[in-house]
Amino acid sequence: MSRKIKNLLVKNVVTIVFVLLCIFGIVASEQPLPFIVKELLTRIGRNSFLVLSLIIPVIAGMGLNFGITIGAMAAQIVMIFAISYGATGFSGLVLCIVLSTPLAALFGYITGRVLNKTIGQEMITSMIMGFFANGLYQLLFLFLVGTMLPIGNENFLIPGGVGIVNTIDLKDNVMYAFDSLWTIKLPMFLGIFGVLGALVTGYLVKKFKKSENKVLRSRLFFYLGLSLSTIVVAVVLQSTVNLYKLFEIPMITFAFIAVIGAFNVLIFKTKMGHDFRTVGQDKHIAHVSGINVEKRRILSIMISTILAAWGQIIFLQNLGTLNTYGSHVQISTFAIAALLIGGASVSKATVGQAFLGVILFHTLFIVSPMAGKNLFGNAQVGEYFRTFIAYGVIGLSLGLHAWKTFKAQQQRDKVDIN
Amino acid sequence: MSDKLRSTLKNIGIPRFVIVTMLIVIYIAAYFLKLNVPRLLSDNLVRMGMNGVLVLAMVPGILSGTGLNFGLPLGIICGILGGLISIELEMTGIMGFLVAMICSIPIAIIAGYFYGKLLNRVKGSEMMVGTYVGFSIVSLMCIGWLVMPFNSDAIRWPIGDGLRTTIALTDFYEKVLNNFMQFTIFGVTVPTGLLLFFFMMCLFVFLFLRTKTGMAIRATGSSNKFSKASGIDVDKSRMIATVLSTALGAIGILVYAQSYGFFQLYTAPLMMGFAAVAAILLGGASAHNAKITHVLLGVFVFQGLLLVALPVANVIFPQGNLSEVMRVIVQYGIILYALTKAGGGQ
Repeated sequence: MSRKIKNLLVKNVVTIVFVLLCIFGIVASEQPLPFIVKELLTRIGRNSFLVLSLIIPVIAGMGLNFGITIGAMAAQIVMIFAISYGATGFSGLVLCIVLSTPLAALFGYITGRVLNKTIGQEMITSMIMGFFANGLYQLLFLFLVGTMLPIGNENFLIPGGVGIVNTIDLKDNVMYAFDSLWTIKLPMFLGIFGVLGALVTGYLVKKFKKSENKVLRSRLFFYLGLSLSTIVVAVVLQSTVNLYKLFEIPMITFAFIAVIGAFNVLIFKTKMGHDFRTVGQDKHIAHVSGINVEKRRILSIMISTILAAWGQIIFLQNLGTLNTYGSHVQISTFAIAALLIGGASVSKATVGQAFLGVILFHTLFIVSPMAGKNLFGNAQVGEYFRTFIAYGVIGLSLGLHAWKTFKAQQQRDKVDIN
Repeated sequence: MSDKLRSTLKNIGIPRFVIVTMLIVIYIAAYFLKLNVPRLLSDNLVRMGMNGVLVLAMVPGILSGTGLNFGLPLGIICGILGGLISIELEMTGIMGFLVAMICSIPIAIIAGYFYGKLLNRVKGSEMMVGTYVGFSIVSLMCIGWLVMPFNSDAIRWPIGDGLRTTIALTDFYEKVLNNFMQFTIFGVTVPTGLLLFFFMMCLFVFLFLRTKTGMAIRATGSSNKFSKASGIDVDKSRMIATVLSTALGAIGILVYAQSYGFFQLYTAPLMMGFAAVAAILLGGASAHNAKITHVLLGVFVFQGLLLVALPVANVIFPQGNLSEVMRVIVQYGIILYALTKAGGGQ
């Protein structure tokens, strides 16, 4: 039993460390909890989608797709042009989503083709690919727009007529176009969430009553408990005086995220999903069993790039300003760091880990400047600390994974010799 | 004839051919745009010398089989630390530069040792892990620069916490190498000391690679199994190469800083490794093979391109910073090209 617990601790050490770090950060920042929760809810809505876009390539054995920046660029290209020609509100944003899809698919296809030439070095290649694409993106928006390409709104141009301005305000056109469409209060949201969860897990508990699978059953009971306690929390929040019950949940955005979360789970129940998994586990076996490995790998990157484009649109409509040359740059670092903090690795990732990661990473993001100020008398320490966390956790995770792969390879070599 | 042409072209390599042609075209364009060509050439030589050692740092890594050393910022940080210690000790002139080197090399050797240990455990993913070692150390040192106990007025902000973002070397060892035996011929100013130092470092690496240890490193890079069979300690060879690369990175940034006139702290070293990688690749190196001539040609051509393209682009295209965008495209384009050529394959 104690060994089991030890195993569990070792396996989840990254996540546990970050849970502790978050608690420590919250205490040290001395910020009011409602403020943190409110910020966190905003950031979950804003960032979850991007993190979810990473999962399929991980399962398909291509590692963490640093190329989601390219998807974000596709989204921004479409948004800038569409908004300059007058796209506004919900319909405008839907138009952006529709138009960005083929563009992101094309970009994803090209990325996939390149990654097929660099098997074993996909991550570094996708990262360099992102930097390279950023150069082309700058060429497009700094020099081609205004000289060779028309733009709908003169105000988007740098004075002089060539190139797009640094920041584009989205307040008057698409800001909150998804978020504000339908909102409900937090206790209500938790209540619905809890009831639905309890119903589903209750049904499953009944269905698997006689199942031998103990792990599954204990897991189901855990989810049932979680759902019931969510209901309790909802009731308590509703019936007492507090700030939390004023928080609004953007239902459309959350629903969109939920759909993509479900998509990432359900796809692995289909033939295509199985193919991804087989390719990820062993390319040779996949090839022998008649799967077109290269095509599947390209497809996984295409899906990821499209999801990243959608994710960036959701991100920007919440943020309210589009930084033409900056909004996309750090996307991959932060999304990947969040996924890894949630407990994922280079070859394994789940939807649950994505959500947990977003919560932990962004809690840390919210509290670290104030924590830095209170502990070291300098808010900058906290700001640098969170950047370090993002890079450090990616480095650590890559290192651990490479080490494990190398060890396994050595073991195999030994067996071969014997 | 066309066969011969094709084989020569193949020998030179298409990207190299394109880039060299581009540089020549840009120089010719500069002449016709009535820019000061000798001046540009002088600056090109300075840029070559100031970036050269950083590019040279790529050679041991590539030859030992650890690939392109994207972890170069690690060496750069060590160099900056040494440089700051020298300022703190109030050393000036050539003495200041030497002390900076003497202080930074041991730090780089220690850092390189641990970096090498890590790289030996992640065989096959060195480039990716190296990149993030670089990123992590730069972001960790951002906190470091805020809290480090340096006291010199030249290093600290006069008010507030931490060290300055740029530290001027005017009163210490700015351009000590550049000005050493500098002379002008046909309007071209030759920074003799700087180039001499760079060539000396190249010669050192060249000779080192012909010692027994150097041969072992090269054997390790070309075939792991073969070198193991012939009794070479693969891990040790890789370790020595990584330490050497890190130390060259440290010296490289000192040479860079004395010519530039400033140390840049905080996030400035973050992307410096990529420029060095791009330069050696433009010179004709690949992820598995590199020569000193690749370093010399690569750094001259790449820096020349950045330098000469700027005024030329500004004359032709007055808006914006076209040459900066071109740098990004060329720099990452060439790295991408090299990665696809190195390819894992099936």
